[in-house]
Amino acid sequence: MPRSWKTLLGLAPVAAGLIGCRAEQFPQSTLHPRSDFAWAIQDLFTGIFWWAVVVFVVVEGILLYAVFRYRARPGAPPPRPVHGHTLLEIAWTLAPALVLVLIAVPTIRTIFHTAGKAPPGALRVEVVGHQWWWEFRYPELGIVTANELHLPVGRPVALELTSADVIHSFWAPALGGKRDVILSRTNRIALTADSEGVYLGQCAEFCGASHANMRLRVVVQSDSGFAAWVAAQRAGPVAPAPGTLEERGRQAYARSACIACHTVQGVSAGRVGPDLTHLGSRQTIASGLFANTPENLARWIEDAPALKPGSLMPKMVLTPEDRDAIVAYLRSLR
Amino acid sequence: MSASATGLRGWLTTTDHKRIGLLYFWTALGFFLAGGLEALIIRAQLAGPNRTVVSAEAFNQLFTMHGTTMVFLALMPLTAALFNYIVPLQIGARDVAFPRLNAFSYWVFLLGGLFMNASFLLGAAPDAGWFGYANLTSKQYSPGLSIDFWLLGLQILGIASLAAGFNFIVTILNLRAPGMKMMRLPAFTWMTLVTQFLVITAFPVITVALVFLMFDRFFGTSFYIPAGGGDPVLWQHLFWLFGHPEVYILILPAMGIVSEVLPTFARKPLFGYTVVVYSGVLIGFMGWGVWSHHMFSTGLGPVADSFFSAATMLIAIPTGVKIFNWLATLWGGQIRFTTALLFAVGFIAMFTIGGLSGVSHASAPADLQQTDTYYVVAHIHYVLFGGTIFGLFAGMYYWWPKMTGRRLDERLGKWHFWLTFLGMNLAFFPMHLIGLLGMPRRIYTYGPELGVSTLNLVSTVGAFTIGLATLVFLYNLWRTRRRGAPAGNDPWGGATLEWSVSSPPPPYNFSVIPTVQSRLPRWHTEHHGPMPDPPEVPPAPVPVPGGSWWPLITALGLPIMATGAIAHALAVVFLGAAVLVVGIYRWAYEPFEA
Repeated sequence: MPRSWKTLLGLAPVAAGLIGCRAEQFPQSTLHPRSDFAWAIQDLFTGIFWWAVVVFVVVEGILLYAVFRYRARPGAPPPRPVHGHTLLEIAWTLAPALVLVLIAVPTIRTIFHTAGKAPPGALRVEVVGHQWWWEFRYPELGIVTANELHLPVGRPVALELTSADVIHSFWAPALGGKRDVILSRTNRIALTADSEGVYLGQCAEFCGASHANMRLRVVVQSDSGFAAWVAAQRAGPVAPAPGTLEERGRQAYARSACIACHTVQGVSAGRVGPDLTHLGSRQTIASGLFANTPENLARWIEDAPALKPGSLMPKMVLTPEDRDAIVAYLRSLR
Repeated sequence: MSASATGLRGWLTTTDHKRIGLLYFWTALGFFLAGGLEALIIRAQLAGPNRTVVSAEAFNQLFTMHGTTMVFLALMPLTAALFNYIVPLQIGARDVAFPRLNAFSYWVFLLGGLFMNASFLLGAAPDAGWFGYANLTSKQYSPGLSIDFWLLGLQILGIASLAAGFNFIVTILNLRAPGMKMMRLPAFTWMTLVTQFLVITAFPVITVALVFLMFDRFFGTSFYIPAGGGDPVLWQHLFWLFGHPEVYILILPAMGIVSEVLPTFARKPLFGYTVVVYSGVLIGFMGWGVWSHHMFSTGLGPVADSFFSAATMLIAIPTGVKIFNWLATLWGGQIRFTTALLFAVGFIAMFTIGGLSGVSHASAPADLQQTDTYYVVAHIHYVLFGGTIFGLFAGMYYWWPKMTGRRLDERLGKWHFWLTFLGMNLAFFPMHLIGLLGMPRRIYTYGPELGVSTLNLVSTVGAFTIGLATLVFLYNLWRTRRRGAPAGNDPWGGATLEWSVSSPPPPYNFSVIPTVQSRLPRWHTEHHGPMPDPPEVPPAPVPVPGGSWWPLITALGLPIMATGAIAHALAVVFLGAAVLVVGIYRWAYEPFEA
């Protein structure tokens, strides 16, 4: 079946009002697959959906017919006291059993197909869930970043999921189903993204105060785009020119409490919060909550817990000059 | 002290299953309203993106307490209210097997519910979800009192459920009237029996899980803490090993109610009685082998996922069989559209939708996209609201005349039904789409970029419509106290024994214990004419046990112990234990007074 048909079938669950809507309107939709993993699930769900429609129509149809057809009429003779019917019982035991076999077989096939085994040569990414942000580590590339996962299109990827604290669940619906992120365990997802684009995701297992704010985005790039991103990430941090605001910011950063928790290669080595070495290259801050603008960054540094309940990052006590300088410095870390 | 003790003392010391049933009803109704209010605040917060009706912390408390309250303090006790009132009447008994234990169950339930909700007064309401996943519940990640309130409250409630479970099993097995063979039991009583077997087997599992959690939090053990060699996933296995049978504990009684209401108002015997009963028993058994379908995203491996997928799909078969038998019961009948019948038909219509979305959860890969999203929220509400609550409302309209002597108003009842039906579909149907479009559950806020704002607004409108419907129901209850039409013994032409006595029945229920000759004793069947009703006045005096203070006093020991544990005051724990022990001792030696 051509993919476009499958898309049409897959959209059917979203009822008439949404048919024709484009994926961009629903960046976190499960119904717009963009990887082999997501497609496998979509195909399975589409089949189940149509079986459900059939059963729904049959059962609700009989129900409606029965209540209208057999409503009490004055003077009608009492109904025949039927107690049961063996053949009918056998029939309506076997019919659902048959439908369920037709669902179970592709289900089990898909379970083994999507069990997380990546082919050799897949790009390895370690995903670490933290309260309440995502760490992405590329061990083969020597890259550590946060909240924005960059993947090359068309290349198999092996995600290895662990947690630094409580249980989270990694979920970027366009790329497939979720897997829990558990301290002391490693869960695996294998997938190959099939279209470039930016896809939203977020933590799907309740993990405390800011569970709602533990968002992420996946940037699927062409080979060349991904290679360029890798090259930029592997380069050390930008060193600001002497005398600039950014250089004053670097000094203020190095004096501040920021360094206890954050890494900027060559400047600080904190491991509690996200790595900031290339913060300026990210689209968002605070785990996908806000666009990466100077205003948002300043607000965030000033009072993170007000923007993200429970945030481990405290209010930073800084002079306005230091704060603006640090913002300028962090923005320059591209 | 006699059973006719009146006023407050009469209620505090009662051991009459009918009075205890009413106590369960009013208490559970109160908790139902509290849980509903929590739901409305949740929906107000989610009516649009980035709203700030409540804080993140308050939202997490609200959805935790909404789930915990509805499951343990509203739905289970509402089924208990009907078990209490109706089952002894249906089997031709004078009371339950252990009347004082019955009173004890109620008081423990009430006190456990109050204890857990007292956490709101301290601003420390439970906030880790009704499922309380480890290791978020560990001392490290939940340092306050909230989890302690939750786990101690659940322990107390578990004692109430277990005591009631044993009581009803013994009652149904041993106190049946002569001739009331097992396969003549009314379907509601049968489903009660299956439910109670699930209660006495499932609750010990959650008890063990909670004891582990209590030890982790109070005494520094590491059952769920990886750093100490424990495993947070162990909690999930134990919780769902309890949690899935719990789902059937909530739905089987409603299935029993529907199996009573449909025959009465279609004037036809339940189609395939034997099959309906056995499929209920089968659901009870199979309910034990499907727990890990709550854990497909945990990463159990493809073999386990396949097993639990297949087992879960299997359970759809007996469920489907029940639905077809209900349809066949209606088929060819003379259907009277009372409010009770409407809710029973609504049950079939709505539960079917919940069952179908359940099949898509049973398919492990599909579930990886759906679990922990609003799609699951839609599913559980079609099953527990469209299923259990619709069934309970059917039961209330059906048995209210028996319980109070007056019928609920049918016109208001129809308003109640249609508003509830409309509200629930507005509230919960869009949630299927909200979930498929990517909104996780248990989030206190979401951004406009997800594209689910309008659907969420619709859902909120639906929730408030349910709220309005519930006000109509409350008004109906209030109005009916004085102005309801007198019920007589049998307002509906029911087939079962409860309709053969006055409404409400006398304290001893049956002036003469009936002898049962058919499954439908009060109907004319092929082989039997209708059973004559017992005489209005007992031919010989019927001894009725007096009330007792000891169930209440014994029950008080439990919240005292829990309060001591919360406060880390060992002396108070011992005080509570002393109350408990003295209560049990005095209870055991209390003389029987006629």
